[in-house]
Amino acid sequence: MMNYLYPLLGGVLIGLSVSLMLYLNGRITGVSGIINGSLSAKKNDFLWRITFIAGLLVAGLILKSFWPESLTSTIVRSDAVIVIAGLLVGFGTVMGGGCTSGHGICGISRLSLRSIIATLIFMSLGVLSATLFRLYFGGAL
Amino acid sequence: MKSALTSFLIGILFALGLGLAGMTQPQKVVSFLDIFGNWDPSLIFVMVGAIGVHFILFRIIVKRKTPVLTDCFHIPNKTTLDKKLIIGAALFGIGWGLVGYCPAPAVTALATMTLQPFLFVLSMLLGMVLYKFFAAKAKI
Repeated sequence: MMNYLYPLLGGVLIGLSVSLMLYLNGRITGVSGIINGSLSAKKNDFLWRITFIAGLLVAGLILKSFWPESLTSTIVRSDAVIVIAGLLVGFGTVMGGGCTSGHGICGISRLSLRSIIATLIFMSLGVLSATLFRLYFGGAL
Repeated sequence: MKSALTSFLIGILFALGLGLAGMTQPQKVVSFLDIFGNWDPSLIFVMVGAIGVHFILFRIIVKRKTPVLTDCFHIPNKTTLDKKLIIGAALFGIGWGLVGYCPAPAVTALATMTLQPFLFVLSMLLGMVLYKFFAAKAKI
């Protein structure tokens, strides 16, 4: 029961956050876009991006202090795999114009066909990737 | 500046939501994606909760002429289903399924001061820069 409740509540918090961002600042909370945009933002566009990222980090510190298990990773992956994964996520999210928050939450909520398709694609490839990794490398978690 | 401050607070709320949801535990994400293995479908409720809320509020919010603190809404308006979307989403999905980190949870997890998130985030930033570099060269 709790296993389903926490993701649901977490999702509600996320939904409220992205709604607040739209309501107050008129911005879509696509985190890959916020990060990518901060790398080349013009003066007016930079501050809200960097403070959002700072917010993520501060939340991380809060979680680390009060609920460290929420941040604990038990996956066993070589450094090379982590690097490859990071490169793919960075490259792919900029190329595809979004990630789980941008396409998956914001895009689907406004019934964007681009986002619906992007989400179906990255979900399917995620399943494929996780499955093949387990089959070939034992997928130690 | 009010936008910057609210953005900061929203970032905190967003990532607390990620933590509560379990998205900051890569093993949980991998288990969610590993549907033919040790499947843990519970993360689907993250999308249910998030889209459930935002779907309703989006409609209400965009009825306004402007956001509360800024001049205009910046909502993407591309409609083309092009190769960049498809290939980009595919590459993202592959990377996501390999380690279970996507951008926001990985940044949040930097607070652990462990190697995995740092390596991931650095590589992710490099990947972003690489795409823009190659896209500029190929003029796409």
